[in-house]
Amino acid sequence: MNVLLAFIQGAIGQGITILFGATGEIVTEKSGNLNLGIPGIMYMGGIAGLMGAFFYEKGTASPSPAMGLLVSMLTCLAASFLGGLIYSVLTVTLRANQNVVGLALTTFGTGFANFFGGSISKIAGGVGQISVASTASAYRAKIPVLSGIPFVGKILFNYGILTYLAIIISVIVTLVILRTRTGLHLVAVGESPATADAAGINVNRYKYVATLCGSMIAGLGGLYFVMDYLGGTWSNNGFGDRGWLAVALVILALWNPANAIWGALLFGALYILYIYIPGLSRANQELVKMLPYLVTIIVLVLTSKRNKPENQPPASLGLSYFREER
Amino acid sequence: MAQEYAIELKNVTKRFGEKVIANDNVSLNLRKGEILAILGENGSGKTTLMNMLSGIYFPDEGQIIVNGQEALIRSPKDAFDLKIGMIHQHFKLIEIMTAAQNIILGLKGPNHLDMKAIRASIEELTNRYGFDLEPDRKIYTMSVSQKQTVEIVKVLYRGADILILDEPTAVLTPQETEKLFDVLRNMKKAGKSIIIITHKLNEVLEISDRVSVLRKGRYIGTVDTCDATAESLTEMMVGEKVTLDIDRTEPVDVRPCLEVKGLNVKSADGTRNVLSDITFTANTGEILGIAGISGNGQKELLESIARLQEMESGEIKFYPEPGSCITLEDKKADEVLQMGIRMAFVPEDRLGMGLVASMDITDNMMLRSYNKGDNPVFTDRKTPRELAQRVVDKLEVVTPGLTTPVRRLSGGNVQKVLVGREIASGPKVLMVAYPVRGLDINSSYAIYNLLNDQKKKGSAVLCVGEDLDVLLDLCDRILVLAGGRISGIVDARTSTKEELGILMTGGKEEA
Amino acid sequence: MNGSHKQKDRLVIHMIKRDTISKPKEWGIRLIAVLLSLIVCAVVIYLITRQNPAEVYSGIIDGAIGTKRRAWVTVRESVLLLIIAVGLVPAYRMRFWNIGAEGQILMGGAATAAIMIYLGDKLPKSAILPLIIVSSLAAGMIWGLIPAIFKAHFNTNETLFTLMMNYTAMQLITYFIVYWENPKGSNTVGVINPATKAGWFPKVFGMDYFLNVLIVVIVTVVMTVYMKYTRQGYELAVVGESANTARYAGINVRKVIIRTMMISGAICGLAGAIIVSGASHTISTSTAGGRGFTAIIVAWMSKFNPLTMIIVSVFLVFMQQGSIQIATQFGLNENASSIITGILLFFLIGCEFFVNYSLVVYRERKED
Repeated sequence: MNVLLAFIQGAIGQGITILFGATGEIVTEKSGNLNLGIPGIMYMGGIAGLMGAFFYEKGTASPSPAMGLLVSMLTCLAASFLGGLIYSVLTVTLRANQNVVGLALTTFGTGFANFFGGSISKIAGGVGQISVASTASAYRAKIPVLSGIPFVGKILFNYGILTYLAIIISVIVTLVILRTRTGLHLVAVGESPATADAAGINVNRYKYVATLCGSMIAGLGGLYFVMDYLGGTWSNNGFGDRGWLAVALVILALWNPANAIWGALLFGALYILYIYIPGLSRANQELVKMLPYLVTIIVLVLTSKRNKPENQPPASLGLSYFREER
Repeated sequence: MAQEYAIELKNVTKRFGEKVIANDNVSLNLRKGEILAILGENGSGKTTLMNMLSGIYFPDEGQIIVNGQEALIRSPKDAFDLKIGMIHQHFKLIEIMTAAQNIILGLKGPNHLDMKAIRASIEELTNRYGFDLEPDRKIYTMSVSQKQTVEIVKVLYRGADILILDEPTAVLTPQETEKLFDVLRNMKKAGKSIIIITHKLNEVLEISDRVSVLRKGRYIGTVDTCDATAESLTEMMVGEKVTLDIDRTEPVDVRPCLEVKGLNVKSADGTRNVLSDITFTANTGEILGIAGISGNGQKELLESIARLQEMESGEIKFYPEPGSCITLEDKKADEVLQMGIRMAFVPEDRLGMGLVASMDITDNMMLRSYNKGDNPVFTDRKTPRELAQRVVDKLEVVTPGLTTPVRRLSGGNVQKVLVGREIASGPKVLMVAYPVRGLDINSSYAIYNLLNDQKKKGSAVLCVGEDLDVLLDLCDRILVLAGGRISGIVDARTSTKEELGILMTGGKEEA
Repeated sequence: MNGSHKQKDRLVIHMIKRDTISKPKEWGIRLIAVLLSLIVCAVVIYLITRQNPAEVYSGIIDGAIGTKRRAWVTVRESVLLLIIAVGLVPAYRMRFWNIGAEGQILMGGAATAAIMIYLGDKLPKSAILPLIIVSSLAAGMIWGLIPAIFKAHFNTNETLFTLMMNYTAMQLITYFIVYWENPKGSNTVGVINPATKAGWFPKVFGMDYFLNVLIVVIVTVVMTVYMKYTRQGYELAVVGESANTARYAGINVRKVIIRTMMISGAICGLAGAIIVSGASHTISTSTAGGRGFTAIIVAWMSKFNPLTMIIVSVFLVFMQQGSIQIATQFGLNENASSIITGILLFFLIGCEFFVNYSLVVYRERKED
């Protein structure tokens, strides 16, 4: 029982970062923008949040956890917004190739995070010495009373605020896409910008807003990783390939954030599965860690056989749109 | 006093560039509550004229008066505000959305979508006019006629009082056409004013109250449908025979070169036949014209012969020499080419199929020859460069040089490059689709002369064309396609435009 | 249409696609972009280090070519970036978004490391290098082939497929590291054959990296010839421009996709051999180190022109190596170079818009 509990908690702990990233990428891709810069943006969001908290705690005699939470969240959102803005300006306004811009942004974002992560580590006195205990405690605060319920409470209520926020955002995004005019127009922009344009929808505005919102949601994934998962510290490249897993999860979720919730749990579970399979050699553990990617490839191949158009990527994904000059 | 006219066009002129006048001083009007048919051949300017009503183009000269008020229609939105809705030939629908979602797309309203209320209001509309529409059905599961229904309902939902339908029956079966006409009659009863663009005479006679005829961008006249006959309308549509100065020689050494038997081809979605039971023979030393309203199977016919098109059934036989016979129906384009069959094809889509737009003239010459020659690894660039130079010199291609991407050449020069390459191989069969579309007079004559040269050299030439005057003066025989079937094969020396016009509009079926 | 309308002027910016652009203007725009990016980089560096930007730039130059050793590292890294970009050219000319170079490099590197470890002391030196080259080509080829088959037959999205192949390759590397780690428990492979130098690229004319440069030059020349003068190069260019035209010309599109990706993957695999055998003499998950991504940008921005690719590769590596140097000089960490690279790339990518479009600004009378 305890093993199962630990496994589920571990899977959720791994999954939430990926869920934020995937939800953000889905919002972006729905507008027809394939943002391969999401991994970089998640890095940027993470480090910016950490820096916000670090300098706040450093500059205040008795830092309040709530204030630290607020400051770090704002700096995180600002940095991810900046990442999304770079991407949007280059791809939407300057019509640059989306993949090229995305990859450059990931290079930039990763370097940005590792640079500042390394720099503030130095200020803090060495690698792994950063501590924003007060702020992290706010992020890691569990739900009182409910989290005390045996098993059910441990599974459902034993997480910090960002875990619930990730799920709430995914649900809200799903509802917006399926039930509102905004969502309808967003889907139209991603499917056929020319049709959307003819129907009077401002295509570029939707692309900008979706990319910026998506980037900020993804940035929160980095913040979660730094504050909740790591407990308010930094190790260079510690974030690893989670950003790319988020991009992969979008495919697994068939561009539906509600599916991404289960998919994130699955990816999280696959990510840590090797710990829980008894008798696995160290080498075979690494093979098990390959599963999330293999699963994604299989889903990609299966969906490409065109069974259901709803499950396909947005039809204009990756293409710049501009109205024909008349 | 209530206005009599929903729309009045006064002296409307629209030019594209310096040379092309799409509409020349057109004046016509639409009465309230009537169905007006606008009749004309391809390229007569029908769609351009209507696009000025729907805000896609803005007239260079003239006035548009809507409900008695002069109107400036600068965008589709302006047209909507004037309650004008146009149903284009190419539907603008989001495939993965439902009919209802498409209908409300882009409309303002509360952000939360109350699909129940929206569905109810759509159903109220469909019931009133007798549409057959399931609001919750996804577009991609729909047939063409159902998609068209969505487009019409979309326009009505936005409150249009004036509807313009561009060739609405081109993609419909006779039964679906009947259904559409019932709906149009219901809309007319409800006071809507309707313009229907078409070239099918029987439909004009069946549905419209009045007919306005355009020819080569000019307004010819308007008649009450009850006073018109198929013959009188054809005469208005095709006009007097214009004699062109094309030098047509008597065919020599005529013998079968290409034989097509019982060819059937299905549309890409597999729902209908685009070619049915096509049987004919093309002879050496002869130009066989192929006439028909565009989209009646011409493209598929040529691509079937070139083996670029999957065919359902049928035989295609090629006779390189008397007595020898090669079957083509079981081969693909690359096999046909590898066998060294000298078949040349100038497709309709010059830059998207016949040429590589971003490559230069030399590289485009290589498209047919890159895998020929002795060297199995490297391409021979010298021969194509010489060929390119010859084509440029002989056909007087205007280009800054052989290294200019063909995309940058004018339409006429692009066509010269393409035709020049195709005839360079000394083809036994030469197929050309709309060889002079978009070309000026001089370039057109240059192309006619090239086709005639091939004929004299003993090739079998198949020429798909749209200008009946040209086909009658250039070809030896003319095959007419209507609805994917051969409606007749006539002798070009004795036939008339009227005869072709009737055949093209499916007249044979009525007879 | 009469005077009673209220009129107000507004500025309208029209974007017009250029038909042609003169070479000087084209390169002028790029030069301006480079200068702007250097200014922005200087500002960023100044904000972080509070050092005189001029000093910083001289630090960069010093870092890139200040000593013989540094200059050679710059050359080594430049040719590495170049060969990967060259490997990507056929795929991208075919409009196949191969972002799996990272994985293809890793697989080539893994094949190389395997041969060095298992056969290093069993085979004569003259046999081992050819074997390394052949097997790294094969390993990269397989990694490029898999997504190509699915693209050709099911039209599976190659961008995402090749991306996933990168991480599959990375896991494979960690798997191999378990068997290859040295010393035990370090979880790294360490320098392979440090004593015998078996499988290392030999010094030629006393130069450590001569062979690296030679291989890259050969591959670049061969690829340029392949793209320009061979039947296959012509075929893949036609497929990339228009699959419809390719079919019209009797080109077997599927065959071309698969063949081209095998070549592209193979060259990236060879790049892996050059890294492992010719530079680091070890392997890890960061052996490719993002070069596979940067090379995409190099190839794309250079419009696949080999000469431009050389210039861009050298420029990027120069700035990277230089900023690594100033990072140490001013006590920053080496990731500063990624930020600098990122800023340069943003400007270079963005400036292509001004190469392709001209902006016309005019006043428009708007009637209310």
